Amino acid sequence: MWRQWIPFWRPGVSPYGGDVDLLFAGLLLASALVLGLLFFLLIVFCVRYRAGNPTDRGHRVKKSWHWEVGWTSASLVIFLLLFVWGSSVYLEIYQKPQGELSVFVVAKQWMWKVQHPGGQSEINSLHMPVNRPVRLVMASQDVIHSFFIPALRLKHDVVPGRYQSLEVEAVTAGHYHLFCAEYCGTDHSGMIGEIVAMEPADYAKWLNDQGPANSLAREGGALFRELGCSGCHAANSSVHAPLLEGLYGKPVPLSDGSTVTADDKYIRDSILLPRSQVAAGYQPVMPSFEGKVSEDQLLRLVTYIKSLADRAP
Amino acid sequence: MTEPDYLNSAYTLRSWFFTTDHKRIAILYFATLIGFFFIGGAAATAIRIELATPQADLVSSDTYNRLFTMHGVIMVWFFLIPSIPNTLGNFIVPLMIGARDLAFPRLNLMSWYLFIAGGSVTLFAILAGGIDTGWTFYTPFSTLYSNSYVIVAVTGIFIAGFSSILTGLNFIATVHRLRAPGLTWYRLPLFIWSLYATSVILVLATPVLAITLVLLATERFLGVGIFDPRIGGDPLLFQHLFWFYSHPAVYIMILPGMGVVNELISCFSRKPVFGYKFVAWASLAIAAVGFLVWGHHMFVSGQSLLASLVFSFMSFIVAVPSAIKVFNWTATLHKGSLRFDAPMLYALAFLGLFTIGGLTGLFLACLAFDVHATDTYFVVAHFHYIMVGGMVTAYFGGLHYWWPKITGRLYSEYWARTAAVLIFFGFNLTFFPQFVLGAEGMPRRYHVYPPEFQVWNVLSSGGATILAAAYLLPMFYLGYSLFFGRRAPANPWDAPGLEWQTPSPPPEFNFESQPVVTRAPYQYGPDFAAEPQNA
Amino acid sequence: MPKGRAFAPQYASVQHRDETAEIGMWVFLATEVLLFGGLLFAYFVYRHANPAAFAEAGRHTRIVIGTANTAILLTSSFFVACAVNALQADARRTCIAMLVSAMLLGLLFLGLKAAEYAGEYHEHLVPGVDFSYVAPLADGVELFFIFYFVATSIHAVHMVIGIAVLATLAVLLRRSASTRMRAALHSAALYWHFVDVVWIVLFALIYLPGRSGT
Ligand code: HEA
Ligand code: HEA
Ligand code: HEC
Ligand code: CUA
Ligand SMILES: [Cu+2]
Repeated sequence: MWRQWIPFWRPGVSPYGGDVDLLFAGLLLASALVLGLLFFLLIVFCVRYRAGNPTDRGHRVKKSWHWEVGWTSASLVIFLLLFVWGSSVYLEIYQKPQGELSVFVVAKQWMWKVQHPGGQSEINSLHMPVNRPVRLVMASQDVIHSFFIPALRLKHDVVPGRYQSLEVEAVTAGHYHLFCAEYCGTDHSGMIGEIVAMEPADYAKWLNDQGPANSLAREGGALFRELGCSGCHAANSSVHAPLLEGLYGKPVPLSDGSTVTADDKYIRDSILLPRSQVAAGYQPVMPSFEGKVSEDQLLRLVTYIKSLADRAP
Repeated sequence: MTEPDYLNSAYTLRSWFFTTDHKRIAILYFATLIGFFFIGGAAATAIRIELATPQADLVSSDTYNRLFTMHGVIMVWFFLIPSIPNTLGNFIVPLMIGARDLAFPRLNLMSWYLFIAGGSVTLFAILAGGIDTGWTFYTPFSTLYSNSYVIVAVTGIFIAGFSSILTGLNFIATVHRLRAPGLTWYRLPLFIWSLYATSVILVLATPVLAITLVLLATERFLGVGIFDPRIGGDPLLFQHLFWFYSHPAVYIMILPGMGVVNELISCFSRKPVFGYKFVAWASLAIAAVGFLVWGHHMFVSGQSLLASLVFSFMSFIVAVPSAIKVFNWTATLHKGSLRFDAPMLYALAFLGLFTIGGLTGLFLACLAFDVHATDTYFVVAHFHYIMVGGMVTAYFGGLHYWWPKITGRLYSEYWARTAAVLIFFGFNLTFFPQFVLGAEGMPRRYHVYPPEFQVWNVLSSGGATILAAAYLLPMFYLGYSLFFGRRAPANPWDAPGLEWQTPSPPPEFNFESQPVVTRAPYQYGPDFAAEPQNA
Repeated sequence: MPKGRAFAPQYASVQHRDETAEIGMWVFLATEVLLFGGLLFAYFVYRHANPAAFAEAGRHTRIVIGTANTAILLTSSFFVACAVNALQADARRTCIAMLVSAMLLGLLFLGLKAAEYAGEYHEHLVPGVDFSYVAPLADGVELFFIFYFVATSIHAVHMVIGIAVLATLAVLLRRSASTRMRAALHSAALYWHFVDVVWIVLFALIYLPGRSGT
């Protein structure tokens, strides 16, 4: 296959890995042609027009504009082609994730904590089934990190203060590197791990072997009561607060007249910065839980509220 | 001898440290920059030794982080940005345009003192506690988590920034107002055009860095969250502000080199630069469009897809003027009469290495590829090809070219060529393997790395050894020439520029009588000798 | 330096020198525009993100002092312009008087500014030093006040430099009025007007949001 022709290059194993590799090959080829032409001309000119070499130096090109227009437009056309090519693959990579399997990733100095929806958690590794898109919802507890899987040709920064989602998929089972690619302090180079892509059966087995774990949603439910959320957000509460059943994924009208969709980010912001987006018809009395809940707890709460999605309010 | 030259008009320390002569200030800058280059180079040496093996064996990870930060900070702000403008530019610009000094000689001296002050403060930060933020100072790491001397280091860079601004301002005023009679814009040597474009960037971009650093220091000092998400601040805003300065700044670090290469190529092929006007305007186009591409450093940061598309597109557009230049330089060689003196070897090396660096810049501008390559060694290789292979090489070329003018001495051509060839090979051996490393996914700023990357790292470290030796060579033969070199004639290269019309080294006020220009630049060839430029 | 010339050797004439100085000043002002530009960019990004908070915070600023200060600065600019005219007409004493008036107004501006800062301190509105604000939009309000303090203090530093420059010129003018002074005064006036313009922009961004309309 053509991918083996690129020297020292191991083929990408994501569904669009081939597209990225092809793009790389295209870039290499274009550069090789341009460089080849340039070096060829340099060498020919250097040899032929070296001082003292009797050769025809008359009839120099004086009026240069048609050359200028020529190479300017040629470069421009090639550049535009490369731009369009690169962008179309990019849009494919960073498409809005729709994988139904969603996994939380919490980055912190200097480890990756991974939480599966069933409650299984792991550190510095991510097990996933092959040929099935996995939606990663990533958050950082401290500084900016970057989730980088070279074999999947994929990387995304994890910026504190927001959720970042990214869809990953592997087509071949195997163990792949996971790196932190954004400099994050002392042990930045130690913030590495492993992606384990498994056949679906092995994956199911692996999930089972992780021992009985409370599901994230269940733990979230417990937290919801512990932290006192239920004191306000329960049907029988005296505080006038919205019910969270059936909230997830629905549009929410806000008090400033705009509407947002209740996605992970919205729920997260509602807990940390309740005053930035106040639901229409309610008083901004919800206290901020900034600093009171960790990213781990947050994602449990979010999962819990998500799990209420298909209950009638 | 009618007038003493600028070097022996006075000998006191005072006559150096309080001089307003642009030539002496250039020498002051030159001496300072050599110092900084060696400090930055020593850090690079330590980095490369450490990376020869996958484990940590030479330094701890904190030390490693301090090393590459110090390397980046010093090389960028205290070596490469002032390199050509403040040494060769300071020395040559007034000579080239037939002026007796820069427009504001005292500001020029002040800019050197600011530079020294900024440099000392930053060096103090490095010695006292180090800085471990990377040269990019990304928040919130730099404001909340780094336990190093961030505020001090930032203050040093802030002060040095004013030195840059003063230099840019001085060049702009000089080029506008002090050209010799008859020296119209289209008769200016291209070196002047490129320094003019550089100055525009210096003046317009540096203040944005200044204000960004002020905000950074405020946040860190007062503990308020300007870029801190916990009170609704946005860490990416810092990146936007930083790159709004730093992308244009990379053109500060290449345009002067391109300027030098124009002079070298036309001199040693004895022809005018092909497509003069296109090359001249390309410099300004780079300076202008360069302000619109900063977001290409943030393709994976979570900025909007649309923003990424726009910035990617603009990055391709900004490459067009560079392409124009490369093609015009190549065309300049056509039907020339090529001599391969040392400066020309550097110019040819520049052509090849800059093009490789630029082309790999296009790889990075290509969105889908950048997702894979960003923050890997591919980026490291890209910018070293341009900054070291391009700019530093051009700097050495220019230094050799104008050495006779500056010092009045000739250096050993044999050793100069040897050094040029060695630098070329050492350079490629150091940085080419890093492209492979990056493509295979080795992240940058990594102190330890998976063993499978070792082969290429060893090659790179080996190359760095050759490169270090090659960079040390000129110290010897240029230093030797200062004391024992033959005396240089006024015009050793037989070139038509105004700077060659005055003795080497030039007298204190450059020209004995005001030169008048009657023709376009670069009039080499048989008709050149007949008709002296200096009427 | 060749003796007996009133201007440095790189210039052909006094006029040449003065024109060059003027270009230098304009380039310097371009730098300043970008300095404040970076700050305003940040301001607009956050104002866009927190429109309500910025409006609310704007209402906590002291519009009376702000307006008075605007008037003071505009008047001082007028005096500086008069000083330039006076020197043109070789009326040295008038010129000095104008400069001193402008300086005094500048000092008055700084005094009012200090009073304003003190007031904000008492209201616990100084982020990083003493900030406590209990209202839904506290975060956005804090961001607003960070920019308020950074921007106005950088502006105040410019004012101090401007006053120092005017003072130096006034002292030098008392001694003698060389041709050099005319160019210097011209540049100083440009600078003063610029600092004035910056204030007007800041005024609009700091005091007016939240007060326009109802
Ligand atoms: C002097 C310094 C310099 C210069 C001139 C450039 C020039 C360019 N750079 Fe580079 N760059 C850096 C220094 C520089 N860069 C640094 C320091 C970083 C990393 C910062 C950090 O993170 O620490 C960086 C990072 C960087 C990135 C971000 C990578 C990442 O972190 O993900 C990108 C992405 O677009 C990029 C692109 C470009 C482009 C398109 C050019 C163009 O201007 C290049 C134009 C030139 C050419 C293209 C060659 C000549 C053209 C031809 C011969 C035409 C013919 C070609 C064809 C028809 C195909 N650079
Ligand atoms: C601007 C100019 C510039 C220059 C000239 C250089 C020059 C060199 N750089 Fe640098 N580099 C940067 C700018 C520059 N670099 C930047 C901006 C970064 C990013 C930093 C960051 O991530 O924040 C970087 C990062 C960087 C890295 C990546 C580190 C990492 O990500 O972990 C590496 C690794 O190989 C490297 C190597 C080198 C080498 C071998 C040289 C050589 O060319 C240097 C050769 C010169 C010498 C070697 C001097 C000769 C003197 C001696 C030999 C004396 C030695 C004395 C003693 C040992 C006492 N550089
Ligand atoms: C003091 C009462 C109170 C407590 C305690 C409280 N909330 Fe709320 N919450 C509210 C009110 C009132 C609103 C509606 C106004 C708003 O959007 O801020 C709200 C809104 C929300 C929303 C957005 C719902 C929508 O319809 O837009 C979410 C999600 C939420 N809360 C989750 C939580 C969680 C999780 C906790 C516990 C960690 C919690 N709340 C604790 C009162 C409270
Ligand atoms: Cu986390 Cu680097
Ligand atoms: Cu850039």
